[in-house]
Amino acid sequence: MTSISLFEILVKIIGAIVIAFLGVVIGLFYKGIDRKLAARMQARVGPPIRQPFMDFFKLMIKENIVPQNAVPWIFNGAPIMALVSSITILLYLPVGNISPLLSGYGDIVLIIYLLTLPAIGMVVGGFASGSPYASVGAQREMVMMMSYELPLVTVVVAFGWKLSQVYPHLNIFSLTVINAHPIWELVGPLGFIGAILLFITLAAVTPGELSKVPFDAPEAETELAGGILVEYSGRNLALFGLADAVKIIVMTSLTVALFFPYNISHLLALSGAFALIVDTLFFLVKIFLVMFVEVTFIRVAVARLKIDQVSFAYWVPVSIIGFLGLMLIVLDTIIV
Amino acid sequence: MNKKTYSIPIGPVHPSLKEPMTFNFEIYGERIEKVNLAPGDNHRGIEFMGRQRNPIQIIYLAERICGICSAAHPFAFCQAVENAAGIEVPERAQYIRVIIAELERIHSHILWAGVAAHELGFDSVLYLSWRAREEVLDLLEYLTGNRINYGIFMIGGVRRDISEEQLPRIRETLEYYKDIYGKIEDIFLNDPTIAFRTKNVGVLTKEDALHLCAVGPTTRASGIKKDVRQDQPYSAYADLNVEAITPDVFSGEVNGDVYDRIIVRLLELVQSIQIIEQCLDNMPSGEIIAEKKLVKLLNQLKKAKGEGVGRVEAPRGECIHYVKLNESELPEVWKARAPTYNNLMTWVPMLIDQQIADIPIVIASIDPCIACMDRVTILNKNNGQKSMLTKKDLHELSVQKTRRITP
Repeated sequence: MTSISLFEILVKIIGAIVIAFLGVVIGLFYKGIDRKLAARMQARVGPPIRQPFMDFFKLMIKENIVPQNAVPWIFNGAPIMALVSSITILLYLPVGNISPLLSGYGDIVLIIYLLTLPAIGMVVGGFASGSPYASVGAQREMVMMMSYELPLVTVVVAFGWKLSQVYPHLNIFSLTVINAHPIWELVGPLGFIGAILLFITLAAVTPGELSKVPFDAPEAETELAGGILVEYSGRNLALFGLADAVKIIVMTSLTVALFFPYNISHLLALSGAFALIVDTLFFLVKIFLVMFVEVTFIRVAVARLKIDQVSFAYWVPVSIIGFLGLMLIVLDTIIV
Repeated sequence: MNKKTYSIPIGPVHPSLKEPMTFNFEIYGERIEKVNLAPGDNHRGIEFMGRQRNPIQIIYLAERICGICSAAHPFAFCQAVENAAGIEVPERAQYIRVIIAELERIHSHILWAGVAAHELGFDSVLYLSWRAREEVLDLLEYLTGNRINYGIFMIGGVRRDISEEQLPRIRETLEYYKDIYGKIEDIFLNDPTIAFRTKNVGVLTKEDALHLCAVGPTTRASGIKKDVRQDQPYSAYADLNVEAITPDVFSGEVNGDVYDRIIVRLLELVQSIQIIEQCLDNMPSGEIIAEKKLVKLLNQLKKAKGEGVGRVEAPRGECIHYVKLNESELPEVWKARAPTYNNLMTWVPMLIDQQIADIPIVIASIDPCIACMDRVTILNKNNGQKSMLTKKDLHELSVQKTRRITP
């Protein structure tokens, strides 16, 4: 990172704008699909797929109410912080064969830090609302954040450790490197089971990260009437909606990058622009499938857990599964 | 240690409440320290309206006390008037009344199951169970002409007969529920997340249930075999074998928690199906109403003098109507007591020491019907403000009234 030319900076800026735009549009589109599929599984007709877009535009023209006992600058700043930090993560994620826009400027450890930012934005916004419901919701969000961090980090550490054993000279936490060396090819049978356990861990963390049932205690509609978001309306709520949509893409892309980085262009013997398009489309299919399993299917199949049960679930069973996965990968390497 | 609590108001409008009612909670962390109930947001002055109408008109008003117990209230009211005026109900009408009341119980319990699932954040079960409820609503429409307010009860009998051709349709519905019952039971009693949220939550001990005079599934889930159909059988229940259901039938133990209330309601579904089948098999032929001509019936009621009580086991518990006729067109007194009125205070021991997350399901677990229960609101005429009366005030008012009527 010596000197960067003006042209490169310009490319990065334009790229960032394009990625932010695409991330938001695809995120809202996937949210629509998620709602439609959930509705079909619940024997409902469900909203049209463009519903999240309509919600967004409607909210943008609605009045933006700031409660009397809220702290206005924090209250208004929180949704922007949530949206911006989720979009920033997108810039660090590889799409198919395309390496991330900001590769070389940050790795997966940075992503883990960035992932806490939207949640912190919501917590700050909740506390700034000055409503008891939002305060309870914000407390729960904090507890949840502390709970799912450990299993999430376990997954990342397992990846880094394995890569550091096989390729000691590479930058092991770089997503480009992880993306180029699928975990399944590095490990033996024991490690394979370990990798499956790690995938389960990440699949359990995703609904918590996205505040979806069964881990939606911070927003719990029937208990807290929306919790953190209870006082938000108009533009601020629309921004939180966008942040949520982008976070779905972020979490599913992360799963894809860690566990399913395969592409199909070489199987079809394509190259150049075609390969790029086919791989990108294949990537979209992959994140759709991951979203279906990790978000849509789980949220229609279970009831909401209480916050102490959420904490317990993450600290004990999910963490144990994560550690078991890590240990199996270590064992696999040591034995071989 | 100095505990710092904060207060959270739930209601009068809140997503977990289906009707307006206010709860004030004192919370420490996530634990509930203190509960204050403040009903009175849904008072409609129904009893006052009833005193401006003749008894036949009141039937339709009674039907609208509650949108779900729309058979239990007119059933109890008709019984009260028949009791006061000394009218005998033909046997066939008694059977038809029981069939309608039991169909209502099926629909009410499935509705409750859906609401409970929604309160737990399990929306899929809400949609699926409410789809299952459609079948019994269709049947009720087929039999009475209406899905909700059936309009079939009449003083001295019922307004519509169940003909031979209609029987296969009823049996079809009963078979449908027998088929899907296994699925419903599997979802509610074997799902791990539902068990997480309902076991040992909102416990009502047997002592508390007796002490607070709880009724219906709420008290039966605490192990008290209390059921009007068993204790003082009315109408055709005298011919049928109804036994109060307690959760130990299914699980072998009584905890008095929300899970037990689910068990009781699900088992009552099966019981209702059996009762309807017995009714269909044993239904006698004959008249369906004591007096067909309504003008004649009204004249008879105008001349009647006396008081009557009607007791019905509604889906939520015992429902009592009291009527006093005094040789005039309008009844002198009409008093309706819905089961939620008794169950209201059971919320307090259930909610204390639970978490905020338990509030919706514990509130829903007694299947509250606020509109049925709200009978009195005390307003200051000058400034329009609501006020509350304590036990002492009420006692004083009673003493004053006793002095007034017995000089």
